[in-house]
Amino acid sequence: MVNFTQITVKDIAKEVKDNCLLGIPADYSGVPMSVTIEIIKNKTKGLRLYCLPLTTIQGDMLIGSGCVNEIETAAVTLGEYGQAPRFQNAIENSKINIKDSTCPALHAQLQATEKSVPFMPLRGILGSDLYKNRNDWSVIDNPINNSNTNDEKIVILPAVQLDILIFHASKADINGNVQIGRRRELATLAHASKKVYVTVEEIVDEDFFDSELKAAATLPSLYIDGISLAKNGAWPCGLTDYYDIDTNEMSKYAKAAKYQETFDEYMRDFISQNNYSNI
Amino acid sequence: MTEIFQSEIIISEISNLLKDDKHVAIGAASPIPGSAALLAQEERKNTNLKLQVTILHSQKFNNFTDGSRELFDAAAQGRIDTFFLGGVQIDGEANINLVGTGRYPKLDKRFSGSFGSALMYFVVPKIILFREEHTPRTLVKKVDFISAPGISPPNIYRPGGPKYLITNKALFSFNKKKKNFKIEKINPEFTLDEVIKSTGFEFKTNKNLKYFTMPSQKRIDVLRNLIAPKVLNFYPQFAKKLWFN
Repeated sequence: MVNFTQITVKDIAKEVKDNCLLGIPADYSGVPMSVTIEIIKNKTKGLRLYCLPLTTIQGDMLIGSGCVNEIETAAVTLGEYGQAPRFQNAIENSKINIKDSTCPALHAQLQATEKSVPFMPLRGILGSDLYKNRNDWSVIDNPINNSNTNDEKIVILPAVQLDILIFHASKADINGNVQIGRRRELATLAHASKKVYVTVEEIVDEDFFDSELKAAATLPSLYIDGISLAKNGAWPCGLTDYYDIDTNEMSKYAKAAKYQETFDEYMRDFISQNNYSNI
Repeated sequence: MTEIFQSEIIISEISNLLKDDKHVAIGAASPIPGSAALLAQEERKNTNLKLQVTILHSQKFNNFTDGSRELFDAAAQGRIDTFFLGGVQIDGEANINLVGTGRYPKLDKRFSGSFGSALMYFVVPKIILFREEHTPRTLVKKVDFISAPGISPPNIYRPGGPKYLITNKALFSFNKKKKNFKIEKINPEFTLDEVIKSTGFEFKTNKNLKYFTMPSQKRIDVLRNLIAPKVLNFYPQFAKKLWFN
């Protein structure tokens, strides 16, 4: 028996409303693929993706399926499997808007929201075309005279609050606390999001706060709005300590996604096979 | 002597550039720099100057515990000596473009994106630019998009920046004051004239121009027996193609 209300993957996907700002975890921090497929089935539109700091197959699939209006990211790539073809196609044909960013800026904007301050300064960036194309970023003179750089110019980035964050993790405990291990960027994302939903491989009969070691690797339930079981919920992406990335499936996807027609075919198959239990 | 692959020669050259470093970090999709760093680490194992290697896409070789921002925070604190950056295009003033070619934002050819370059390029003292393909389309006169600039004015905090550029044809050093590259070493498979023709920007030539150093048999043995199996863990496609096919 657990002391929280379990929901389903479909329930989570329904929380992703048209035009919302959706937090997207990187390929190493638990990609919620089972929910992503449900979002695509729901034909959700106008999504704005906020990647921390990048996305792989999840973003590419959502873009190829026409669910996305805008993406803020440091990169979209299939990593060792090459470029992200649906993303490339969407940019080259102006189908979606892009806010090109850099990893530490994506972190800093969420950190501002964590602290409830209006902006966060960050070094670097100046002199790049990233800065020139971001009218939401500004530059100030360092108002505190504590730098060895005379008359230092520094970029300030606005606080960003996400509407909703979804990620996949290994375990939840009976009280709805979720194990995130060292993937602390998931905590940053969660702190900066209005709603947080998590899919997990398993629910274990213990409380992580009974162990100091486990507690340090936990996102507490106070930040979490709903949890669903989803075995293999990150597939074909990997999940640390559970399963590796599925190299065959990733190669198959990379090939299929080159053209919209073959991508559509691939997605029809992907959706019709029931790849995830507990949905 | 066994046949030595081109990639192994480049790995060996990069490894030589890491001589005095204490901490080298490796970002996304960088199997050759990753192999080079692990090689340097292994060769220094029994010396007093240990080398810390952080490979972001690895569990064991990534000792950060504060989330993926910790790399950037640690770099800004000056705790990383060397980092590698690539580029769709690199120009003669060491500006790098990881975004795409054509007119932004509706590019002719879109690539992945700038990753952490717009901070790392400013704060890590030794940035090694690595781009295997050495052609006029990769080494250009002027990049189409600046992900991170090669040089900055004095009112920008910038302890770091480009020190070297290495390709499959040559190794260049970068002079921040003169804003130019100088060729230091050349792959013996190519002539200087061929390198000039395949480079879109002008560069200086070291009077004492050397060839790439061939790795010793001992180094090749270390690379194939000890480093390759490690690389297989986090760059499986690369390692399989080079060493395990």
